[in-house]
Amino acid sequence: MIKSTRRGGSAPKLALFSSAAMLALALAGPAYAQSSEPIKIAVIAEAQAVAGSSIPQAVQLAADEINAAGGVNGRKIEIISYDDHSSASEAVRAFQRAAAEDHVNAVIASYISEVVLALEPWTGRLKTVMVTPGAASDVITRNIAKDYNNLKYTFHGYSTSTSIADATCDAAKDLLVNDLHMKTAVVMSEDAAWTTPLDTEYLNCLPKIGLKILDHIRVSPDTTDFTPIFNKIEAEKPDVMITGISHVGVQPTVQWKQQQVPIAMFGVSSQATNSSFWQDTNGSVEGVLYQAFSGPGVAVTPKTLPFVAAFNKRFGNNPSYCGYTAYDEVYYIADAIKRAGSTDPDKLVDALEKTDWVGTIGRVQFKGKDSPNPHALNIGPTTITGLMLQWQDGKQVNLWPANVANGRLKFPKFIKVGAAN
Amino acid sequence: MLFWQILIDGFAISSLYALGATGFALIFGVSGVLNLSHGALMVTAVVAAWAAGNDLHVGPYAGAALGVAIGFATSLITYFLIVRPLQQTRKIREEEKEIFILTATLLWGIMIQELIAYLYTNNAKTVAPIVQGVVSIVGVRTPTNEIFTAIVCWLVIAVLWLLVNRTRAGKAVLAASMNPRGVTLLGIELSQVYIAVWGIYGLLVGIAGVLLGMFLGVSSYSVGPLTASAFSIVVLGGLGSVSGALIAAYVVGYLETMTAYLISPAYRTIPALLLLVAVMYVRPRGLLGRR
Repeated sequence: MIKSTRRGGSAPKLALFSSAAMLALALAGPAYAQSSEPIKIAVIAEAQAVAGSSIPQAVQLAADEINAAGGVNGRKIEIISYDDHSSASEAVRAFQRAAAEDHVNAVIASYISEVVLALEPWTGRLKTVMVTPGAASDVITRNIAKDYNNLKYTFHGYSTSTSIADATCDAAKDLLVNDLHMKTAVVMSEDAAWTTPLDTEYLNCLPKIGLKILDHIRVSPDTTDFTPIFNKIEAEKPDVMITGISHVGVQPTVQWKQQQVPIAMFGVSSQATNSSFWQDTNGSVEGVLYQAFSGPGVAVTPKTLPFVAAFNKRFGNNPSYCGYTAYDEVYYIADAIKRAGSTDPDKLVDALEKTDWVGTIGRVQFKGKDSPNPHALNIGPTTITGLMLQWQDGKQVNLWPANVANGRLKFPKFIKVGAAN
Repeated sequence: MLFWQILIDGFAISSLYALGATGFALIFGVSGVLNLSHGALMVTAVVAAWAAGNDLHVGPYAGAALGVAIGFATSLITYFLIVRPLQQTRKIREEEKEIFILTATLLWGIMIQELIAYLYTNNAKTVAPIVQGVVSIVGVRTPTNEIFTAIVCWLVIAVLWLLVNRTRAGKAVLAASMNPRGVTLLGIELSQVYIAVWGIYGLLVGIAGVLLGMFLGVSSYSVGPLTASAFSIVVLGGLGSVSGALIAAYVVGYLETMTAYLISPAYRTIPALLLLVAVMYVRPRGLLGRR
């Protein structure tokens, strides 16, 4: 845990004065305790997980950039970082501490839906704004719709699972159905909160684009041996496996390669978004296609590549998918505080709802109060579209959409495209 | 087809279990120590082999060798740092030492697990396989690595058998497992026997770990399940009985594989655990247990 401390003078008079000042500030309420006080943003993340480790790093990078440029209305941004060890209970304790003891103005929290769902009620209880850079479950924003006045402090800074599934279907239509004339698919997802809405939407949108679903397999995140699963899928002879994996990644990918399963993997594979995944899998990820909202070398917006370069320079690797969103979140929280002219949580919520910020993954706008998913990101051609990348020779190459593609689809030899037809 | 699939996959995983559990059984048989840091030692070997490939850019052979070496070293560190001081202290009563060592090795395992997660994240790691590609056995596409794994496991177990039954040092180890006091009366230093056994155990754990890393991969989360699987195999086979552990490894390995193929991979470990409970009721000393 990182916590900055401030040291004051030691004279009794000064102490008395500062106590009085503190009392006055406490009475005035935290919202007005500002001017030169830093803006405090807590980051609660999975610092030990490959995807999560980018979150605190990207947040610190953004804060340092903002501070170097003069801060927010002259106020510096101070980041207080907590590691939740991928545990919802540890995250809740960190959140309570951030709000009650460290008096933070906003929290950027987690890429795990279960963790964010556990934190969500606390945003209302402690009236503290929280934005998640990586959790995907639609339930996060559905909860806000049900209890807006209480849960309006939660913002979903990453795409919902439903939107991710739609983006995957859009890419599959162009790349698999139109280009490769694929007709059948098996959906393979890990059993987790975020994949429930993902799978529902996969089962809805894949048949619409012309991919018949032969089977829907949910794998336990504890699975170590994927051989039986791959054998089952192979026996069904689909043209493609549509994936929904995040907590698992290395093992299915390595075993897919080692067993030379002749079916392409296409879909969401969160760990594959990280640049270290090639090393983690000893290159087994070659040929895997994965959905993302940003990728190295893909200039989604003018801010994307400078961010990746700065991140790489400072931390020695490329950011994971939630690194991009976490970085943007610091910027648009700062922007909202500037527009609100205050860190008062209710005013901050109002300002965040009006966010229109071009970040690293596109144009960030939140859905309104009356949407079935309030505070979810607007996903679409004018805001955030998403990409479809493929690992090729150790590099992440973007294939879709065509206007930002920097390579062409190619599969390793053991993949038999069209063998099932 | 499914029959052959289960037979082949089950054989590879069972061989790996057998190798992992053999060391665990040996340590218990000879020194009465239930080493609950077993899984952590295996994961250490995997992560070392993985890191050698990624950070030091060495080839698969050197990476595997380094993994085994680190497994061996960590085993001896465990003995000298954790187990031996507790065995020799006079501050703990003899009859309580077992539980102290049990707790200490458990905590040591957790420390190693946290350290690995801190240094190398808790994401799964795999070791670059020494042999690549696939071969077709009775129509089942089998990774060559799987065959390699089974062969190495059995070679190592065979060497261990020869060592224990055909060499003087091995016979001392065997004798120590039967009657520790008798061995000391023959003028053999018991602590030397312990060091030898922990050394052998380290090699077994290192080899089993590296093979597991090549075959399925592990993460820091695997520490608990790996210890639990070795523990249940050894209890099922009969505490301290190496041949019991070998048989139990195949029972558990095949039971798991059949469950994964015929029911669901999500329930893989459950039938083996139920069997363990049943054995506890019917035959508490396990399949081939002496006590």
